[in-house]
Amino acid sequence: MDSNRDWSSQPPYLHPEYKSTQLRAPTRPLIPIPESLSERTGPVYGHEAVGALDADLTKNARVNGEPLGERIIVAGRVVDEGDRPIPEVLIEIWQANAAGRYIHEADQHDAPLDPNFLGAGRCVTDAEGRYEFRSIKPGAYPWRNHHNAWRPTHIHLSLFGPNLQTRLVTQMYFPGDPLFAFDPIYQGAPEGARARMVSAFDLDLTEPEFALGYRFDIVLRGPNATPMED
Amino acid sequence: MARRGQTPSQTVGPFFAYGLAPEQYGYRFKSLADGDMAVDSVEGERIRVIGQVFDGAGELIPDALIEFWQANAHGRYNHPADDRKDNLLDPAFKGFGRFGTGTAADNRFQFDTVKPGSVDGAQAPHINVVVTMRGLLSHAYTRIYFADEADANAADPVLSSVPAGRRDTLIARRDESLPGRVYRFDIHMQGPKETVFFDV
Ligand SMILES: [Fe+3]
Repeated sequence: MDSNRDWSSQPPYLHPEYKSTQLRAPTRPLIPIPESLSERTGPVYGHEAVGALDADLTKNARVNGEPLGERIIVAGRVVDEGDRPIPEVLIEIWQANAAGRYIHEADQHDAPLDPNFLGAGRCVTDAEGRYEFRSIKPGAYPWRNHHNAWRPTHIHLSLFGPNLQTRLVTQMYFPGDPLFAFDPIYQGAPEGARARMVSAFDLDLTEPEFALGYRFDIVLRGPNATPMED
Repeated sequence: MARRGQTPSQTVGPFFAYGLAPEQYGYRFKSLADGDMAVDSVEGERIRVIGQVFDGAGELIPDALIEFWQANAHGRYNHPADDRKDNLLDPAFKGFGRFGTGTAADNRFQFDTVKPGSVDGAQAPHINVVVTMRGLLSHAYTRIYFADEADANAADPVLSSVPAGRRDTLIARRDESLPGRVYRFDIHMQGPKETVFFDV
């Protein structure tokens, strides 16, 4: 069936290996919606909403020192399917600390919190669709999906593109993670699309004596009604 | 032009609170949006929309993130793509709200907003809703319509496209037992009352 959403790129609701989908995935077919202003618009945020240190997770929650762990730079472009840059996209991120522990009170993983690290940040893409975060490389962490289940190292991202159709919540992974093969969340994405969630180490982005650089481009949906140009 | 494949969606997971709704959950980080959508100067009829989210076993879902996107009381979206001259923009009203189901004792979401106007004369007043949670690899879209807009609802093209037996899942109803204008809108991910989700 034709769909507004590209299910060759997007994960299905039900992916039984990821146990939480079993009682939460909608079971009835989605009802197609004729596009109107309700879908062609969406939440917009200007740069004024975002604070100066919001994109630097190594600094935005310091209490009495620097957060522990390997410093990283994560940068890239937000583009549409035609590789056109999308400016003014709000990107919000959250992640575990270097030990694989989230500051969230529901995280019971027995690993230390870091008093100088919150793990949340945000920024807005510039006119060329570019963004950049500074952070600490998150650690892998266990979860209860199945025996000896561990999540590959990842950073969570939430994006508001130009309209409601381009809303995206995703995760960025790090290259070569041995846990990819065992992770039903990563594997929940269609096979041909999974590699798009993996960042690339980039020596040009790496800052000497400071931090490793990882490049991660994010591709949002193009407009529904407008045919792609050649 | 080279086409690039879309970045796949992934679940928001259980630990989004300090990143996406930090103030609601008591973290020391400024929230960009919350359930208070209408400051005093916003024009329109004040309403509160509350609801709970249920899984296929009928259990309350305590870690869902609900987002509202709506037009103002004149039916105008605060967005550059809505450049109509006949519907008044209200700069004080952004039209976006966000609430996690992890802080209230009954795991409700709660939005204080204004009742949206009809967007284009054809559509009944409605709120666009993005539903996401642990266990959803892709987010879901639904809409909230209002029970006291029966005539407009009957003429709404989106509601009309929904099988008659399922339209009720999209209708918020007044809860007269609570003070103020409170509408209740529960979301059922599965089961006989499964909410209609849209292919947006
Ligand atoms: Fe995570």
